Amino acid sequence: MSAGALLPDLEVIRKDFPILERTLEGGFPLVYLDSANTSQKPQVVIDAMVDHLERHNANIARAMHQLGAESTEAFEGARDKVATFLNAPSRDEVIFTKNASEALNLVARTFPLGPGDRVVITEMEHHSNIVPWQLACERSGASLDWFGIAEDGTLDLSRIDELLSPGTKVVALTWVSNMLGTINPVAEIARRAHEIGAVVVLDASQAAPHLPVDVQAVDADFVAFTGHKVTGPTGIGVLWGRTELLNALPPFLGGGEMIATVSMEKSTWAPIPHKFEAGTPPIVEAVGLGAAIDYISHVGLDAIHAHEVAITAHLLDGLASVSGVRVLGPLDAAHRGGAVSFELAGVHPHDVAQLLDSRGIAVRAGHHCAKPAHKRFGVQSSTRASSYLYTTPAEIDALIDGLEYTKNYFKVG
Amino acid sequence: MDLDALYQEIILDHYRNPHHAGLRDPFESEVHHVNPTCGDEVTLRVHLNEDGTVGDVSYDAEGCSISQASASVMTDLVIGRPLSEALDTHAAFLELMQGKGQVEPDEDVLEDGIAFAGVAKFPARVKCALLSWMAFKDAAVQAQGEPA
Repeated sequence: MSAGALLPDLEVIRKDFPILERTLEGGFPLVYLDSANTSQKPQVVIDAMVDHLERHNANIARAMHQLGAESTEAFEGARDKVATFLNAPSRDEVIFTKNASEALNLVARTFPLGPGDRVVITEMEHHSNIVPWQLACERSGASLDWFGIAEDGTLDLSRIDELLSPGTKVVALTWVSNMLGTINPVAEIARRAHEIGAVVVLDASQAAPHLPVDVQAVDADFVAFTGHKVTGPTGIGVLWGRTELLNALPPFLGGGEMIATVSMEKSTWAPIPHKFEAGTPPIVEAVGLGAAIDYISHVGLDAIHAHEVAITAHLLDGLASVSGVRVLGPLDAAHRGGAVSFELAGVHPHDVAQLLDSRGIAVRAGHHCAKPAHKRFGVQSSTRASSYLYTTPAEIDALIDGLEYTKNYFKVG
Repeated sequence: MDLDALYQEIILDHYRNPHHAGLRDPFESEVHHVNPTCGDEVTLRVHLNEDGTVGDVSYDAEGCSISQASASVMTDLVIGRPLSEALDTHAAFLELMQGKGQVEPDEDVLEDGIAFAGVAKFPARVKCALLSWMAFKDAAVQAQGEPA
């Protein structure tokens, strides 16, 4: 699974994404290397959403008319697609949220914790898998501890016996780091966590676009990801959780659709997944997500991952050829994700991104919502290039040329 | 995209050789400001003389060329001036930065600061240019509140 190979029909795939035809100021063709931030959308996703709005729009689950039935079918059909995508044992375990942050907050907000309990996270988390747990610990009196990061960008497991010991109730970690690209040994950590009775919450935001995500194979308890990074729209995320755990948790948000019955004195809850879906959900976004999952599943997650490995290897080779570049994170493309953060000596990441943008190359500059991971490497910010199934080696070459241009412009190295 | 309008030679000069950099004594107030979207940071101290002039502005800043150069230009413009004039200059710079490229800067007031006129056309960079100016105003107001 880790051998790199470009997608054989890459040019055909690129034609599926209309935005890749864009040229930017100065006549430069778009070189989009910010897919870890958000992915571009194929025509089938756009069409599925437009078709739903043009022909099937109605509220779901409550409208006693034909359009209501069609809309409900489309929305619930998307849930089926997500369940298959995750190899979930039951479709009822798939909860739609507005993004991965809300999915992680749902667990952190409802999971029972108290004084003496411990939550374990990692230093390489996105802020969305740090802050909700800080809040949960403040609220409950539980303590927070974390795995550090080794010098090579992998998870530092030297304290695993201490961290995964009785008292730890939740282990929340990212499957693939959005900053370092590190792929974490999530199945092994889940096995160890289960030995002490802790639940495992995986942030799969960067994994779901690129790797086959099988919640049973890794033996997770909760998995969160977001639609807009898997070629779907913004405004929809997913929380998958084990039935027995979801049944035991109290509701997150109260409102319409999440109830069994309501009286002025008290209410009772709908069964999962609806217990956690208060109010009118993001219907057309779910339809778009369903189309996106169909699309990437059709290309194949193994093939997409092989493409990512090939592109990342080319990117790491290219970066190694630019003097003054220091890559933050693992250097072996076969064992990492496609988001590559780096420093360029003498030029601030903002300025790197600005110079690249002037040549049509879109990257991210800043802390990428991972300030602790940056601090670990003694840097305040970095430049990040991230690829996806539509990225070509020529685009990587344009980035490398752009970095030489940047150095020349700022007269460094 | 007119990169040279953004990266004026004056800005790059200040970036390479920032004026008044480093933290110094004495000071009446010290503030720490961050740009939460990118992580740029500045720690800035203000010392006011008894006659109401700005005695010193010293700073430790980490950030891009625009934010670093802006801090350097700002200190040139405010040190040694009556505080009220320095705050007027602050207001003029703020107006320039928020003017979306439509405000004509007054060189008599802003001196090297007019080089930032191009930055106003790059919305993502306006906060970079304003970081140290906002920190100065905050620190100056605090320093004013301190008994001399």
